[in-house]
Amino acid sequence: MRFTLFFAAGVAGALAAGWLLFPRALYQAETQPLQFNHKMHKDKAGTECSGCHELLPDGQFAGIPKLESCAMCHAEPQGSTQTEKQLVENYVKPQREIPWKVYLRQPANVRFSHAVHTRQGGLKCEQCHGGHGDSERIEPFYRNRISGESRNVWGPRMVRAGLRPGEAMKMGDCESCHAGHNVLAGCLGCHQ
Amino acid sequence: MSTTRVTRKPRRYGMVIDIDRCTGCGACVIACAAENNLAPAHSKATERTGVTLVRVVTLSSAESPGTGFGQPRMAAYMPLMCMQCEHETPCVSVCPQQAVEVDKLSGIVEQMPQRCLGCRYCMTACPYHARSFNWADPQWPAGMEATLNPAVAPRMRGVVEKCDFCQSRLNAAQDEAAMNGQSDPGAYTPACVEACATNAIVFGDWNDPESPVSQAAASVETFAWLEKLGTQPKVRFHSRQPWIRAMAARGGAAPAKEVAHG
Repeated sequence: MRFTLFFAAGVAGALAAGWLLFPRALYQAETQPLQFNHKMHKDKAGTECSGCHELLPDGQFAGIPKLESCAMCHAEPQGSTQTEKQLVENYVKPQREIPWKVYLRQPANVRFSHAVHTRQGGLKCEQCHGGHGDSERIEPFYRNRISGESRNVWGPRMVRAGLRPGEAMKMGDCESCHAGHNVLAGCLGCHQ
Repeated sequence: MSTTRVTRKPRRYGMVIDIDRCTGCGACVIACAAENNLAPAHSKATERTGVTLVRVVTLSSAESPGTGFGQPRMAAYMPLMCMQCEHETPCVSVCPQQAVEVDKLSGIVEQMPQRCLGCRYCMTACPYHARSFNWADPQWPAGMEATLNPAVAPRMRGVVEKCDFCQSRLNAAQDEAAMNGQSDPGAYTPACVEACATNAIVFGDWNDPESPVSQAAASVETFAWLEKLGTQPKVRFHSRQPWIRAMAARGGAAPAKEVAHG
């Protein structure tokens, strides 16, 4: 009995250290340069995801829009929020690109084609990105101190079961979806 | 979840290289190096320790079993890259890491540097010496990083690499096909084919009887190098010279001398 308790306490302690303390040591939180309200832009400007995050004609994904897209509406402040004032003063007027940190940027040896997944596969943005398009604020960016990659690629949860869309973008997560839909990609379909 | 299923037609991409047209200029070697982010050779690199995905070898009729005594000496140049063997692909069967596989949709023999442990068994197994080992981390002179191709990740020290028919270009063609509502990229052009000044290399899908490779293969002068090994390479050659075809059937008597190196 005493041994069992001792063993259980040891396992619990090791798990707590590995799951709670280690991520804090491994990842460093960095704030985004500006706050951004996806929901408000969706409701007020009435745009779809593809209105700002567009696909180029050759099939490349433009990703986070450049400053000129912001400047089309925000050449002058539209409202009275501090964030918008920062945007206009610090970025739009001096024409400086906003140094956004990309949550889901994959390492250099991985390629992902938005064109193939949305056009050929018929996937909706929410199926991989979850509720990001309806979020009212953006979270800090967690950078892996060793690899320099974003934590969102692995996802915040150590337990890999029951992951929600947008929580994980690891190779196994890609593979399980591909296997579920019986879609072949080979190795070099995703690795470069 | 969407139940859309992508149906891509299985392809067997391949080449036919006309040895009679090759002038040995080495443009394919340079184009390949630029496309696939090959770094300039490191300071201790030799012919054997440099990295090159395609190289140009010299063929001499003196080494051919097809040349008899007293016949004139002739020479030819031949670009040599991964032959994309189809049957019992030697590098696939020896790899302890499953780092090499023949892609079911493109027929391309894919090398996965991420999985490679650097044992170089595949280099020993390859009958064409088409594989290179990275003895050093790639290094570019200052400022030259700006010329790198963003669609190809540089390989690190300690892994083997080889020609993959410019997979990045196939992927780009796939993206473009998706934008145009097609399921399948069909034709695309690898860098060496594009660079060849004499159009000595034709590229296409062996499954398609209309493709340039299938058309070229109709000639009796088209052959596979070392066909007797039975690996069924998807890169084939064409020559009107009997001594070259005799060499291809038997293999060179002496190691072919390389003239251009990446």
